Amino acid sequence: MSAITRDEVAHLARLSRMALSDDELDHYATQLDAIIEAVAKVAEVAAEDVPPSSHALPLTNVFRADEVRQSLTPEQALAGAPAVEDDRFRVPRILGEEA
Amino acid sequence: MTVMAFDEALGRFEPVLGLETHVELGTASKMFCGCKTTFGAAPNTQVCPTCLAFPGALPVANEAAIESTIRIGLALNCSIAEWCRFARKNYFYPDMPKNYQISQYDEPLCFDGYLDVEVDGETVRVEIERVHLEEDTGKSTHVGGATGRIQGADYSIVDYNRAGIPLVEIVTKPIPGTDRMAPEVAKAYATELREIMRALGVSDVRMEEGSMRCDVNVSLMPRGSSEWGTRTETKNVNSLRSVERAVRSEIERQAHILAEGGKIIQETRHFHEDTGTTTPGRSKEEAQDYRYFPEPDLVPIAPDAAWVARLKAELPELPLVKRKRLQAEWGVSDLDMQAMHNADAIDLVEATVAAGAPAADARKWWMGELARRANESATTLADLPITPADIARVTELVASGSLNDKLARQVLEGVLAGEGTPDAVVAARGLEIVNDEGELSAIIDEVLAGNADVADKIRSGKIAAVGALVGGVMKASRGKADAGRARQLILEKLGVSE
Repeated sequence: MSAITRDEVAHLARLSRMALSDDELDHYATQLDAIIEAVAKVAEVAAEDVPPSSHALPLTNVFRADEVRQSLTPEQALAGAPAVEDDRFRVPRILGEEA
Repeated sequence: MTVMAFDEALGRFEPVLGLETHVELGTASKMFCGCKTTFGAAPNTQVCPTCLAFPGALPVANEAAIESTIRIGLALNCSIAEWCRFARKNYFYPDMPKNYQISQYDEPLCFDGYLDVEVDGETVRVEIERVHLEEDTGKSTHVGGATGRIQGADYSIVDYNRAGIPLVEIVTKPIPGTDRMAPEVAKAYATELREIMRALGVSDVRMEEGSMRCDVNVSLMPRGSSEWGTRTETKNVNSLRSVERAVRSEIERQAHILAEGGKIIQETRHFHEDTGTTTPGRSKEEAQDYRYFPEPDLVPIAPDAAWVARLKAELPELPLVKRKRLQAEWGVSDLDMQAMHNADAIDLVEATVAAGAPAADARKWWMGELARRANESATTLADLPITPADIARVTELVASGSLNDKLARQVLEGVLAGEGTPDAVVAARGLEIVNDEGELSAIIDEVLAGNADVADKIRSGKIAAVGALVGGVMKASRGKADAGRARQLILEKLGVSE
């Protein structure tokens, strides 16, 4: 029984900007199913008295004071950029022609 | 674009408003790193591994930004969450280098509040859905294409100085029942919100620089219906006046479509300052799925009750309350108060009164001569190069008889022209009223000698003719004589009594 449908995989693929073939959609639906099943085992261990957590440490209110620290130079910031123009990161066209 | 006239549209449909306002906080450093937040800095000079999303860099929340957000929530009568988290909003625009924006999703820091605004003397309560904290995005410039807009561009270049600046989003609940006041209510809400931010000192709220941005949601329902229509969300609304115009324009546009039997598409629209109309942006039909999840790099926020109580106790007097108090203290009408409010003159008048001027005089100068000059030079009262203390000094000089209104205007002109303080201008331009009786007497003698015929008329009983001689004295003294005293002296010299 597959809980994840092909349509859901197609939706995820689109959100992730991945082009998947029909075969791949089926393939990943099965794999994702197995992954979700495995992760769901955690729920079996979690008793009523264990609240869901989003962080490994039981901490709250970790703040920093509003103090300015040294930034990078533009040269440093842009050093690893594939393309640069006018001290800015140059990126490919954002919206396709159809937009 | 065909539209339906506003009055007709309102006759057939009832508008429902919603407003989403983004306010950039005026913290010294960014939300999750120590980079500066200065507006207009050279590109990519205020960036670091954290706000550029270099591998391994981790965010730490700015306490001042959290505190400012709670203060905004309290000022908007919100409940403050006892515990809440940041959330990741995943998307693929390059305006955030992380591929996601740290925001808040189903656990906003502040929720369920309200803001009372006044429109034409009526109080309208705008319910606040939520106030949450997120980070601003970088600034993209789109290159190529005809319009400079994202559509049709060949590529884009991105400056990440703004990426990571703390941004507060304030969302209203749907606002029904505003009827034909809808545009004014929207503007009044944005105005009041801006003033609250100023009173709290949390942001410079400059709409033209984007530190306050308003998205305007409008939907229409046919009169008699209670089912809300499909809404549009208008962005790029960069002034308070535009908020009002955008609402009006959307009402007129939607009414036309609905009346023709058409359907409103749920979409984002862009407002254009030049035409006062909106054009479609991205359609929201393809559901936006941001795959929100709790931000694993940050721990939850649990504002301590004592902290919140202290922040609440320390809130400044809020603008509406303050306006009511000042109106009572100054004894001005609703209309005059509204005029001062519209002209952004209230703080200036208040400061002028605090510097020692009577309220009526302070109001007279700011709303009269100075408003005229601000208007002439297309600037605001606050940006005129003159201080409330200067105005207070001028009113003092008038009250003591050293200046009359005409001379006072010349003093103001001098101060505005950068000639120094009022006293310096008086000294440099020699503007003081002639209080020296001897000097005044000499001027009068001169004028009488030159106008013997008029003097004779007055002697023979035509007292009204004295006006011409007073005028002569004022002219001879270049406006510096005290006209009332001059009149007395002239009549005395001619041996005439009234």
